[in-house]
Amino acid sequence: MKFSESWLRNLVNPALSSAELSHLLTMAGLEVEDMRPVAPAFGQVVVAQVLEVVKHPDADRLNVCQVDIGSGTPQQIVCGAPNVAAGLKVPCALPGAELPGDFKIKVAKVRGIESSGMLCSAKELGLAEDASGLHLLPADAPVGQAIRQYLELDDTVFEIKLTPNRADCLSLQGIAREVGAITGAATALPHVAAVPASIAATRPVVLDAPAACPLYYGRVIAGVNARAATPEWMVRRLERSGIRAISALVDITNYVMLELGQPLHAFDNTKLEGAVRARLALPDEQLLLLNEQKIAVDRDVLMIADDAKALAMAGIMGGEESGITLDTTELFLESAFFAPKAIAGRARRYGFASDASHRFERGVDFGGTARAIERATQLILDICGGQAGPVVEARAELPARPPVRLRTARAEKVLGVPLGAARIAGIFSGLALQFTQDGDDFLVTPPSWRFDMEIEEDLIEEIARLVGYDNIPAPAPRARMAMLRQPEAQRPAYRIRQMLADRGYQEVVNYAFVDTAWEADFAGKTDEAELIRLANPIASQMAVMRSNLFGGLVDNLQTNLKRKQSRVRLFEVGRVFRRDPAGAPVAGFCQPLKMSGLAYGGALPESWAGGGRKVDFFDVKGDIEALLAPAELRFEKLAHPALHPGRAARILLQGREIGCIGELHPEWAQKYDLPHAPIVFELEFESIKQVVVPAYAEVSKFPAVVRDLAIVVDHDLALQTLLDGIESQKTGLIQDVQLFDIYVGKGVPENKKSLAFRIVMQDTQRTLQDSEVDAAMQQLVSCFEQAFGAQLRA
Amino acid sequence: MDNLDQIVSEAQAAFAAISDPDALEQAKARFLGKSGQITELLKGLGKLPPEEKKTAGAAINVAKTTVENALNARREAIRKAALDARLAEEALDVTLPGRAEARGGLHPVTRTLERIESLFASIGFEVADGPEIEEDFHNFTALNTPEDHPARSMHDTFYLQNPDGSVADKVLLRTHTSPIQARYMQAHVARYTPGVLPDGRGQLEKMPEIRIIAPGRVYRVDSDATHSPMFHQVEGLWVGENVSFADLKGVIADFLKSFFETDDLTVRFRPSFFPFTEPSAEIDVAFMSGALKGRWLEIAGCGMVHPNVLKIAGIDPEKYTGFAFGFGPDRLTMLRYGVNDLRLFFEGDLRFLRQFA
Repeated sequence: MKFSESWLRNLVNPALSSAELSHLLTMAGLEVEDMRPVAPAFGQVVVAQVLEVVKHPDADRLNVCQVDIGSGTPQQIVCGAPNVAAGLKVPCALPGAELPGDFKIKVAKVRGIESSGMLCSAKELGLAEDASGLHLLPADAPVGQAIRQYLELDDTVFEIKLTPNRADCLSLQGIAREVGAITGAATALPHVAAVPASIAATRPVVLDAPAACPLYYGRVIAGVNARAATPEWMVRRLERSGIRAISALVDITNYVMLELGQPLHAFDNTKLEGAVRARLALPDEQLLLLNEQKIAVDRDVLMIADDAKALAMAGIMGGEESGITLDTTELFLESAFFAPKAIAGRARRYGFASDASHRFERGVDFGGTARAIERATQLILDICGGQAGPVVEARAELPARPPVRLRTARAEKVLGVPLGAARIAGIFSGLALQFTQDGDDFLVTPPSWRFDMEIEEDLIEEIARLVGYDNIPAPAPRARMAMLRQPEAQRPAYRIRQMLADRGYQEVVNYAFVDTAWEADFAGKTDEAELIRLANPIASQMAVMRSNLFGGLVDNLQTNLKRKQSRVRLFEVGRVFRRDPAGAPVAGFCQPLKMSGLAYGGALPESWAGGGRKVDFFDVKGDIEALLAPAELRFEKLAHPALHPGRAARILLQGREIGCIGELHPEWAQKYDLPHAPIVFELEFESIKQVVVPAYAEVSKFPAVVRDLAIVVDHDLALQTLLDGIESQKTGLIQDVQLFDIYVGKGVPENKKSLAFRIVMQDTQRTLQDSEVDAAMQQLVSCFEQAFGAQLRA
Repeated sequence: MDNLDQIVSEAQAAFAAISDPDALEQAKARFLGKSGQITELLKGLGKLPPEEKKTAGAAINVAKTTVENALNARREAIRKAALDARLAEEALDVTLPGRAEARGGLHPVTRTLERIESLFASIGFEVADGPEIEEDFHNFTALNTPEDHPARSMHDTFYLQNPDGSVADKVLLRTHTSPIQARYMQAHVARYTPGVLPDGRGQLEKMPEIRIIAPGRVYRVDSDATHSPMFHQVEGLWVGENVSFADLKGVIADFLKSFFETDDLTVRFRPSFFPFTEPSAEIDVAFMSGALKGRWLEIAGCGMVHPNVLKIAGIDPEKYTGFAFGFGPDRLTMLRYGVNDLRLFFEGDLRFLRQFA
């Protein structure tokens, strides 16, 4: 809501500077977002009249003018504006004036002709951008008067950001009332008298939807001149409120809306047939709006109609056909109360907003409906002439304003500050609230203009506002102390992130909505039914919810490669999304938190110490194993749309899949311009939080026996298969089996590999005998031979 | 006996001339070996008359000891020289960089969230969490923002499509972390209703207090230099029997001073409106020094939990009151570290992110 300070001060004029007034409004909940002078500082500019214009003898584009500045002696001024003409009234900067932009006016010769001042454009005075010609003033502008005074330029435009509960402040009257309540300054609200009918013309009004429209005033005004000029003062106030002046009738309705907060509508009475009705939209009803948008109206939209057709979307926007034009001579003026519930959300549904709907959906003072139509009538008669018919009233049940109880003790408890009933009574009186008091209890009847006083807390808020939030103390809180439970079997999320960071990974945060192509490439999701599309994405590359985090990481890698970062390790912790009928807590969606990483470039940072090897699968696998240690993970071959089919694994923890790791598929490396494929991984965050609380196991006092064993097996045999074999054969003696060498080449047959294991055996109760160790080793060897066709390496 | 002195000085000279350990041992043989000169003299003692034997023997032994000492000293000197040489050879350029893995780092906003969580944990706030695809009910209705409430237009909400292309009307991307309040309160009530301890141990006289902090990502249809369509919020909630607006002010002021580690700031509460709190306030902070000195910066919204919100969650607003607040950790991070463009947080540029490692 924008308004001019001088207009407000006409209604209430507290002894405060503009800055103080601004602070006061902000601290009362009417946040002043912007405050700027109507015109920049300048002086010595007056209303002048051009008396005579003669071509400059030495310059084609210049004229030599004789100008009356009200001093009695015409001044000679050289002017280059194309629109200069004798008789015009324009602003004139006198010698000594300082115009915006540090522009000083002096008596000077322009191409040999003396010029004592400058005729000004709007731009030169900082009033507008228009520099095309002189700023023309009305013919009745008094010559010699300071232009600041004449145009009321010593004014400030306030822009306040109103919260949706304060619809009562969407008018000058409302703001004035608020300022009065806070400062105690007297308010002089506009005096409005009923305009008696001078003609008999009327039109019946019918409330077909009384809950949505319980109050409607209408009146015919005939013989108006729609082409009459809007008075300067009104144009100025409208413009300073951010509303462009259009034509007298439109300007008057807008003016009354700004002044009193009541949106009005004027119909061309000659376009109406029969009664005016407030009714819900008919099936398949359509309406061409004033903004030239043709809409098919839903059934729950309140319409203003006549007996034959729809005329307007009530409280939102008028129809094009029944609207007033410059040729209108007879109008039907509407001032009505539409219930917020009947208006709320409707305009938004059709993709627009209007000043009227903005007010009605928040609540318009139904106690001021009649006053507004009288105010507008008077202004129309004054400005456009004409005769007014009688006001027709249609009335149903208006919103109830049941009294609200306020208990002093409750207010003190909620606010945490002692108040006392007397202080509360004072605050209520200041707000002009009607109330009765019973000891420390109040019964407050909310005024018709407040739609935010239904419960006790609403009144407590008013009390807090008027006491001033600043005046409520901020003590250290008191509470019962209790330690927070911090399960040892759960690692804090930050520790996990920090562990990955310590291994070289930098955390990133990427958008949760991604390009559809990423879902296809990195998650294999091409079926529309699987995708979770946004209904209103801000860009097509942010159209679907991601089902894994790879796309963002690959994109980050691209970004960083472009910025000459050759070694990149990244991770993100974020939710991923997929459709899942069994999803919880939001039905239909599964949205687990994942930790995903990417490694690209050297296995180690480039260094004098060498290490030019590129990061590979096992580097990253090592990072994951370290992250989850001491838990033991299993890795199984995996087919994944994002990953190299021979270099990808699912990760299992205690038999449950918790993630995957692999080299990015070379096809995607090429498509996304990566010189080589990064290693990526993804883990369920909740699973990696879980750790086992340590439990003591006895440490053996007896020596361990270490034996090495080398076997030759098929090249394709996975190590895990062998290890599982060992596991099944494990006698109690074998404590640990470590693979310490893999050999392929001379001495090993083709398609075979040699694996060397170090086997540690130990008993907690006694020293092992050689014979036992030999037997255990023999058992192991036979297991390898029988189950995997292994041969002992010679 | 002149001969003896000569042998000693000969030995001393010979040892001193040697710097190789093997040559030294050979030289030792010349004097102290089986047929070395000293050994020979000792062997010759038997031939001497008994009266000379004693004197001569003593003299030879003195000479032997002297030669042995000279030998040992030389051995030590050679060992030391060899060690020194090796040490010199092994010397490193200690200014070469270490060979460790480069360290990564946490995202600056994560850093802020960690600090916020730990500050609030120190006064007993637990961390809570909630879904990002959220039900319309929890995002709005449970927070006293029924359909068509004008406050809904303050949130430019992202909606989802159904598989058939229509707009899903029950779910959306959460526009704030406040739905976590609603979810947490409902769960809390369920856990402690009807006043029985969860493990069935006796009656609970009253529901324990709720003190939570809930960080997370939120989404709004908005994108420019100061708005990102995805950003972070951290929600706080304290519900108890005697929690007041003054407590809210106290907690927030304490938090801001702790977070920015300065008393050199002013906190201002001014009336505002949120459907789920009443009274509601915006929190502005102004620093008394630094680049932003004296400017009011809007950093959070807060208020007393609206009785309707408590009621929807099953909490009796007559018995319990509470406050809630929502901070923008992105903004806090920008203020804390002097970052001037919100978009940097979401671009993944290592040159930026590494500054927070």
